[in-house]
Amino acid sequence: MKRADICVAAIADCFRDEADILCNPIGISPIIGGRLAKATFSPDVVMTDAVSVLATNPLPLNDPSAERTIEAYAPYRTIFDIVWSGRRHVMMGATQIDQYGNQNIAAIGDYKKPKAQLLGLRGSPGNLINHRTSYWVPSHSQRSFVSEVDIVSGPGYDRMRTLGKPDNRFHDVHRVVSNLGVFDFETSDNRMRIRSIHPGVEVGEAIENTSFELVIPEDIAQTRVPTEDELRIMDLIDPRGMRYQEVPE
Amino acid sequence: MADKVITEEEFIDELESGMTIGVGGWGSRRKPMSLVRSIIRSGITDLTVVSYGGPEIGLLSTTGQLKKAVYGFVSLDSIPLEPHFRVARQTGAIEAIEFDEGAFYLGLLAASHRVPFYPTRAGLGSDMMAMNPELRTVVSPYPGPDGGEGETLVAIPAFDIDLSIIHMNRADAGGNGQFLGPDLYFDDLFAMAAKRTFMSCEKVIPTQEFLNEGSVHTLKIPRIFVDGVIEAPMGAHFTECPPDYGRDENFQKLYAETAKNQELWDSFNQKYLQANSHEEYLAAVNSGEQNE
Repeated sequence: MKRADICVAAIADCFRDEADILCNPIGISPIIGGRLAKATFSPDVVMTDAVSVLATNPLPLNDPSAERTIEAYAPYRTIFDIVWSGRRHVMMGATQIDQYGNQNIAAIGDYKKPKAQLLGLRGSPGNLINHRTSYWVPSHSQRSFVSEVDIVSGPGYDRMRTLGKPDNRFHDVHRVVSNLGVFDFETSDNRMRIRSIHPGVEVGEAIENTSFELVIPEDIAQTRVPTEDELRIMDLIDPRGMRYQEVPE
Repeated sequence: MADKVITEEEFIDELESGMTIGVGGWGSRRKPMSLVRSIIRSGITDLTVVSYGGPEIGLLSTTGQLKKAVYGFVSLDSIPLEPHFRVARQTGAIEAIEFDEGAFYLGLLAASHRVPFYPTRAGLGSDMMAMNPELRTVVSPYPGPDGGEGETLVAIPAFDIDLSIIHMNRADAGGNGQFLGPDLYFDDLFAMAAKRTFMSCEKVIPTQEFLNEGSVHTLKIPRIFVDGVIEAPMGAHFTECPPDYGRDENFQKLYAETAKNQELWDSFNQKYLQANSHEEYLAAVNSGEQNE
């Protein structure tokens, strides 16, 4: 059992109890975790093959020749329609994330002439204002968990408080999973809280590697370990072990 | 049915400096690359490109012809950030108008439908608004579908596109286009949104042969939105154009490397971009492969 396996199970748990939505994780561990959730406890979510169809069977990562049981056609235009319908839970990466869940994947420095151009806004603004969003940060550090993000691609709870009702009513930052733990915003002022710490990680490690003050509950839960069956399914989805490269021991 | 087939040279005659050009495809997928090279060869400048960006934005930035890019993203897919675009942004060489990916679709749709804007929630609360100070919001005159009142929405303005270029798997001489791959992307909207549209294709075929290769659902570009057809086999190279061919990942890597080194760029430019025709380009690509 490795840290990466625990992270993937924690990602899968973000989609627990969900049904009749597009489960849309982006990135290596998120895709493995999302497909694991669908193959086990959340069979009624739908997922894309990362190209243009919804497939019912759990597909191996980055294998364009894998057999697909196609249940619907979902080109990019349909994905946007689903975003706006709200029937979607996306998990994205975050180069920077702050205590209210503001995400930056756009650029470092000033937008006009950035020090480092990153991916850009991509679909973050539309995702956050329309449906549930979770984040995956494989390298938890003071550089990724920052006191203030340089550019807000995906707005967090403070921005939504300013925006007000009814405009903010579909905003829902659900979980942040990192290589150290699982975090949520279930606090009175929606500041990031430790939800669980992964086995083998000290709470202090999460605190030290975060630039802002994490809300710490009285009893800190430990992230669960995956079952034997879940590990077997992870290997089917990720036969080459790409998750171990994303989260080294 | 009027014959709209033209040559690359006739396409070049349609180009002018200062134009806003819409480019179909998505990232490094089914991009009208032979027409992009025609634009490079034409030497026109001060261009604005509107696209789900791929190598056309990187190439036209590095040739110095691009003034402004309007985009939902700029990516080579297997290389997540377009490396020449990265350089152009970090040196401030181009003006950038960046939209949420879905919001970008609405700019095309508004232009296609001749309305000034379409409303969306995308952008509220994010820095998309600060990055685009000209963007405006509107207050809904109706209650929301779920009873919400006085809702504020972002008004995505219709893109003002002079000329669009798209690449299809098949076309007929009259200007009807057919995609045979997994996704049309937004090429029908690029064709509708622009004042004029030029379509390259892998092969020009007789109209009655369209259904030999794909169902009626693949006939998404009606000729009323197309002004010229340019036959260009391998015309999307090095981007993918399935089922005719996949992405030339080796060539894409070669292109990406040229963002790091002026000498590499100069020789790439000389060998591939200065070729006098699409045929010459393909010959250069083939001879490059043989040298490896």
